[in-house]
Amino acid sequence: MKALICILCPNGCALSVSDDQSEIAVTGQKCKRGLEFAIAETTNPTRTLCTTVKTIFPEMPVLPVRSATAIPKDRIFDVMTAINQVVVTEALGCGTPVITDVLGLGIDIIATASMITTQ
Amino acid sequence: MKQTDVIVIGGGPAGLAAALAAQRGGARTLLIEREPRLGGILKQCIHDGFGLVRFSEQLTGPEYAERDINAFKQAGIEALTTTFVTRIKKTATGFILTAVNQTGVLTITAKALVLATGCRERTARQVFIHGTRPAGIFTAGTAQHYINLLGQMPTKKCVILGSGDIGLIMARRLTLEGATVLGVYEAKATPSGLTRNLYQCLHDFDIPLHLSQTVTRVYGEERLTAVEVCAVDEAMQPISGTSQKIDCDALILSVGLIPENELAISLGVELDPKTKGPICNATLMTSVDGVFSCGNALHVNDLVDYVSESGQLAGTAAADFSHKQRVEIALTTDPNFAYLVPQRLDLNDTGTKTIVYFRSQQVLKNCDLIVMVNEREVLRKHYSHLRPPEMERLEVDFAHLNLTADSILSFKMEVH
Repeated sequence: MKALICILCPNGCALSVSDDQSEIAVTGQKCKRGLEFAIAETTNPTRTLCTTVKTIFPEMPVLPVRSATAIPKDRIFDVMTAINQVVVTEALGCGTPVITDVLGLGIDIIATASMITTQ
Repeated sequence: MKQTDVIVIGGGPAGLAAALAAQRGGARTLLIEREPRLGGILKQCIHDGFGLVRFSEQLTGPEYAERDINAFKQAGIEALTTTFVTRIKKTATGFILTAVNQTGVLTITAKALVLATGCRERTARQVFIHGTRPAGIFTAGTAQHYINLLGQMPTKKCVILGSGDIGLIMARRLTLEGATVLGVYEAKATPSGLTRNLYQCLHDFDIPLHLSQTVTRVYGEERLTAVEVCAVDEAMQPISGTSQKIDCDALILSVGLIPENELAISLGVELDPKTKGPICNATLMTSVDGVFSCGNALHVNDLVDYVSESGQLAGTAAADFSHKQRVEIALTTDPNFAYLVPQRLDLNDTGTKTIVYFRSQQVLKNCDLIVMVNEREVLRKHYSHLRPPEMERLEVDFAHLNLTADSILSFKMEVH
């Protein structure tokens, strides 16, 4: 039996997961997304990574970015290292990829704000 | 002298929603923001989880803000940024507002005002920490500003005091950027933040949470070198013999938010000691005719979706505003409620649906919320779980209750 908290919405349902049999049983969820979360969390936990990248623009020295979809939880720090090597040199719009297919995970790192520059 | 119908003060999510709603309601609308950019605190809230209620999507703060800013710009609403309101005077017909910006002093008149001034963080001096006054003591929002907007790390090794959501979010953010977060200390016996943030911000990164423990002293001359932590009893008083010194270079505080109402107070707006925001009716009009309040200035919200909702309510009502007689009755609560908004109901303006926001005073399991009119039950709703950090929203139709000026309208909680 494993205790989890569903992070998909502010309800934060307390889930308990047991996989004694070959099947995973989940209780405590208020909606079906809790079941999906519990299965993912016990088999392949993922998280959306939100951080910033450096830019060359003094008006906006860092640009907020996130992974376009959730990345494997155990690769978070590897992806952070990859993101921290990037410097943005052009004015990007919200949603534009900053890194495509980061570390071969098949997931882009995208800008979450439009750059403001005087250039 | 510039003239307009509605002035919205504050360009965060509440102000943007209010201005859009006021403009749509046919009012000439002007928004005033003290910072160079619109978006308010969302600009630095780069984590996701915003907009789930409103857009059924998990957006980051800047993404959520950009949707409103784009709608605001498309609507062609006038905004004065880098402009600070210094004074508001009430007149017989409306308000005269004085503001300053790079062009000088501006005087603007309006028929109605929406105060969307947000909230401010409680500081170290407000939580009675003793010791020296070194550099290295930051509110969580200041640390967030340094990292997420300026790209500068304020610490290498820190202690966080307070388990509010911003503190939890910053524990994760600092860890991602390579800092060591030694622990989150919470004086109360229960965490203040949302459960999912305890899980994804602390548990994911093995950051310890110490309940019923607080920071009692800071050390260091130029820069903070250590903090003293101590166990506290139920009355939150330090227990002697339990203190412990922890070496670190920063103390980050997430010890509460207070609605910002300096302008409201200057106008004579009556505040609620429970919310620390204005006492409002269902249209979010304060005790002063023509002055509306919304967002975190009204009460501290945990979800931006409801900040936008209250902005929209206030903006719509501000555009509609005309001087007419109010017949207001109070919405009273029993001690199980930490607070309830709105605090009053104008019987001349009940509408078909009133949105009520409330928080419980403590964790309540398996309880019924009951609305009573003159001791007669008119509504009952069951809650399996109420937690003070999680605000509840309820829609009530008061119009069909035949309320009169001497009706007693009360909200009670029946705990099974």
